[in-house]
Amino acid sequence: MNDKRVLGKIQNPQERIKNFSEVELGYTKEEALKEANRCLQCINPRCVKGCPVGIMIPEFIKYIKEDNIEKAYEVISKSSSLPAICGRVCPQEKQCEGMCIKGLKGDAISIGALERYVADIALKNNFTSVKNIKKNNKKVAIVGSGPSGLTCAGELAKKGYNVVIYEILQKPGGVLTYGIPEFRLPKSIVEKEIESLKKLGVEIKCDVLVGNSITIDDLSKEYDAVFLGTGAGLPKFMGIPGEEANGVFSANEILTRINLMKAYKEEAKTPIKKAKKAYVIGGGNVAMDAVRSLKRLGVDAHIMYRRSEEELPARKMEVYHAKEEGIIFDLLTNPKEILMDEFNNVIGMNVINMILTEPGEDGRRGVIEDEKSIHKVDCDMVVMALGTSPNHSALKDTEINLSEKGLIVVEESKTSHDKVYAGGDAVTGAATVILAMEAGKKAAHQIMEELK
Amino acid sequence: MYKVLYNKKISVNSYEMAIIAPHIIEKFIPGQFIIIMAYEDSERIPLTVYDYDKEKGIIYLIYQVVGASTLELSNIKKEIFSISGPLGNGNEICLNPNNYREKRICYVAGGVGIAPVYPQIKYLNELGLKVDVIYGAKNVGLLLIRQKIEKVVNKIRYATDDGSFGTKGFVTDILEKYINDYDIVVAIGPVIMMKNIVDVTNKHNVKSIVSMNPLMVDGSGMCGACRCEVDGKVKFACIHGPEFPGDKVNFDLALKRMNIYKEEEKEKLDLINKKLGGKKDE
Repeated sequence: MNDKRVLGKIQNPQERIKNFSEVELGYTKEEALKEANRCLQCINPRCVKGCPVGIMIPEFIKYIKEDNIEKAYEVISKSSSLPAICGRVCPQEKQCEGMCIKGLKGDAISIGALERYVADIALKNNFTSVKNIKKNNKKVAIVGSGPSGLTCAGELAKKGYNVVIYEILQKPGGVLTYGIPEFRLPKSIVEKEIESLKKLGVEIKCDVLVGNSITIDDLSKEYDAVFLGTGAGLPKFMGIPGEEANGVFSANEILTRINLMKAYKEEAKTPIKKAKKAYVIGGGNVAMDAVRSLKRLGVDAHIMYRRSEEELPARKMEVYHAKEEGIIFDLLTNPKEILMDEFNNVIGMNVINMILTEPGEDGRRGVIEDEKSIHKVDCDMVVMALGTSPNHSALKDTEINLSEKGLIVVEESKTSHDKVYAGGDAVTGAATVILAMEAGKKAAHQIMEELK
Repeated sequence: MYKVLYNKKISVNSYEMAIIAPHIIEKFIPGQFIIIMAYEDSERIPLTVYDYDKEKGIIYLIYQVVGASTLELSNIKKEIFSISGPLGNGNEICLNPNNYREKRICYVAGGVGIAPVYPQIKYLNELGLKVDVIYGAKNVGLLLIRQKIEKVVNKIRYATDDGSFGTKGFVTDILEKYINDYDIVVAIGPVIMMKNIVDVTNKHNVKSIVSMNPLMVDGSGMCGACRCEVDGKVKFACIHGPEFPGDKVNFDLALKRMNIYKEEEKEKLDLINKKLGGKKDE
């Protein structure tokens, strides 16, 4: 038995920091077979318990071993609506792979890479997971076309429901389209996954701001049920002096300009600010996406994070790739003040070193400032990747209960409004693609249960 | 894709465009705005709505060619790729007209700022609230839609920088003279004009409302590009505005933040000019 996982090919770091093409190139057939053969096919598979949507992992891997990719895809599709996306962006080390028994002594099975292998072949060959859908006469409106909305739509459409998705941007996909960069999740993959939803009969209306163009009350009159997958909300800023300087951006703005508006291309019509040296503040996936995007634009790109490497919330693979690409991690450091010149342009920051404290009740280590350690760093761009606070513009003129933190309160996916369900970041606060998908799936099944 | 009925030049640097977009109009409240994209690869440009026809689902825009993206938009003939909205909140007076029936209201518009002012005063006129207007521009050729406004206002006063029409001077000069006639002033136009108007209203303790038009990308609260400082706090013009109490807005900061992409925008203008093959409209 080989306890080392098969590593798929990746773009050389020196090369890839000059382009936006995908970093991981995916398994070849030989590599996939070899990796699949490492799977022990446990009778009582722990990996499935680690998967938020409960994909029957050993079963699809068994079909890879038999080189029956169509069957493998069928197995995955039973549980997941967007496998080509999950294979790429799920934090597998905290989920399926984190539970894998092989991981105790060696490398866990590379489940994410195998899932992606199957899904990419399926997309290329137009495998359809569902045939002969019998349409019913029930109508469901979905607000937001991010991972929770798309998953909810897919689940319902497969069962014959008439689904219409409302999206404010010019293109569907939510964070998959505006947030996660091309080099991690090619937009062609997102488009194909959305196309396959459309083939199931899902209609997508772009350019519509629910709350303003049409209210949730209107939707609940026109449809049998409404699902809110409106996402995480407003980007947070630190509230420190100088944050109003020109050159301070939210990570969402940087990413939206690059991913949705294609500002990384020279011929793009939407600009992105040129910078020599940038600090991205934060340690999550959004921070990694922003810092690696800036690196590709030729910026001397740093991460500044107040805790240590161990606490970085980002997917391990992203941190690894970021380091390979020459991203500098300034850990245990936090900005105190942003410095600007007379034209309001960023010229640097005063930052302070942080000291880790013992874990609190939530098990997470806190930090305190080392007061004597304030020092200056030079930079001409600061990017805030600090999470989000709720945005309720979609709820205008509609009464829906919110938590103290301003998140939508649900019970069994249902809000306080009789016909309105919700899931994803709007309910949990900023989390991951897969957790949003899980919530979308759950809500779809709850909707079906209640509309029976 | 949305059908464009016409897109015509109405002054040296302004265009009027009519688009079929019922989703914008159905719930539109004057004061709200839209984001438009000429082509699939165009920039998202926030623009104000100048007029609309609810029955036919037609929306009318007036915009000024100020850079690459508006130049590109001015060359559109048949259809546009995207128009999203309505975005932001309606004007305070239009939302609560009954609170203002007894108030003496003055609108101040500068240049194409008349475009967002017109639907407000037209809407209020339909509800029986006649307001006064002070409207200024560089010269008589840049004073737009005069006949239309005159039909829906109580009294209108004009100012031109060169004296070619109305009072020679600025809208602030006129407001300064008549400020005591008003309880509330709504100012829409260039940031520097709004700042100067608010200096006048503040001096006389008159309530003011201004409409901010900062840089914007998504227009739904997701990116934070449009943040302004209002009452010492960070506000997003797209979802908290675009209108704010004039005396609370940090205009100096707003003026500085307009320059964020100055360098980059020059390059984009060259790019669009090259794409248009040097040929301008007409």
